[in-house]
Amino acid sequence: MDKTLLIAKIKDGTVIDHISPGKSFKVLSILNIDSSIGYTVTVAVHVPSKKMGFKDIVKIEGRFLEKEELDRISLAAPNAAISIIRNYEITEKFHVEIPEEITGIIDCPNQNCISNAREPVKPRFLVRSKNPLSLKCYYCERLINENEILQNL
Amino acid sequence: MLKNKSLVSIDDVSNEDLEEIFTLSDRMLGVVESNKNPHLMDSKIMATLFYEPSTRTRLSFESAMHRLGGSVISVSDASSSSVAKGETLADTIRMAEGYSDIIVMRHPLEGAARLAAQFSSKPIINAGDGSGQHPTQTILDLFTMWKEFGKIDGLKIALIGDLKYGRTVHSLILALSRFNVELTVISPPSLSIPEQFFSRIPENVKVRKSEKMEGFVEDADVLYVTRIQKERFADKNEYLSLIGSYSVDLKIVESLKKNAIIMHPLPRIDEIKPEVDFTKYARYFKQASYGIPVRMALISMILGVN
Repeated sequence: MDKTLLIAKIKDGTVIDHISPGKSFKVLSILNIDSSIGYTVTVAVHVPSKKMGFKDIVKIEGRFLEKEELDRISLAAPNAAISIIRNYEITEKFHVEIPEEITGIIDCPNQNCISNAREPVKPRFLVRSKNPLSLKCYYCERLINENEILQNL
Repeated sequence: MLKNKSLVSIDDVSNEDLEEIFTLSDRMLGVVESNKNPHLMDSKIMATLFYEPSTRTRLSFESAMHRLGGSVISVSDASSSSVAKGETLADTIRMAEGYSDIIVMRHPLEGAARLAAQFSSKPIINAGDGSGQHPTQTILDLFTMWKEFGKIDGLKIALIGDLKYGRTVHSLILALSRFNVELTVISPPSLSIPEQFFSRIPENVKVRKSEKMEGFVEDADVLYVTRIQKERFADKNEYLSLIGSYSVDLKIVESLKKNAIIMHPLPRIDEIKPEVDFTKYARYFKQASYGIPVRMALISMILGVN
């Protein structure tokens, strides 16, 4: 691979690396990044990677992510590595982690599930398997696979 | 241990619990036959909340509670009262827990009983939630097999009919998968087990799939037949042409092993011919009658009196 940097360094913000190829668009949508934002976002798609073959990278200038946003990203890109950048330096680096229980992030795709009715509860899922990703609805016990999760994120 | 716990899904019951339930159900069968009030539930009240019509399940729960000496309060059509006023299930349950010691409910939405259990300090028994779970039916099905054969391990069970929409059959298959059994699933292609569900059967369980009974039921210990509903077919002629192939008649019965049994969660339509009722294989009415002792055992264990 060419030694030059594909996308420029950022001063302060967040780098999301090791996103499965093609999933960067999902990450942008999870973070509600569209043309109305007031900061710079750079996206690299299908970048050769030693570890993954190919990967996507998202760099966000001037934004730091919340726990719930990281949980959402973990569902779309379970291998993603997060670097927090301050003054061009990496001050913190960690991998996203799929939580054991996922509450209030995605709706149950089963329209007949009580969690989709007018009740005072948030949709809640137990993680049945992380690889391949499979969740079980706490209420209706319906299993949902990776594709359904992505459609719901 | 089921004491003070809700019974929402068959997953809430361990195999150890099942053994205990079977033994106690057997004892309760004696209580029913003796016709004596054991006074186990004196001063205990069961509330039944049925948001969907039910005949046998509700009658058998209420009968079981009366047999134990307890009393029952019920709303015959919960959906027309609370729901019409816009009350959430969470609120209805918090009201009902103040009026009773145990709540039995049926609801059209899946997961409703789990939600109820979350809001209630009193135990909830799920009597069916949409096309989800109906654990007490599953337990009485297992009890019937246990009672007939003395064990569940080693049984060869053929499940026949609507394996796609049939609520009872899904939780029964999952429960059977926890034992060392051989399963044969027989259904028309349009009503076969959904893939999503099939993948939940552990790999160590032997499962054969077939579209016909002939050649697949002869070695079975149990034929578990389910109702094929006309409404599932857009084309009524398709139903008519199909139903005959999934109907247990005397010809099928003659091909069975001599100690095999035929079960059905009832109501049946055309899946079992009336003439089969008089053969030594028929167990479906007996199976239905076990609903009482099994529910008596469950109520007693949950309320901590046995």
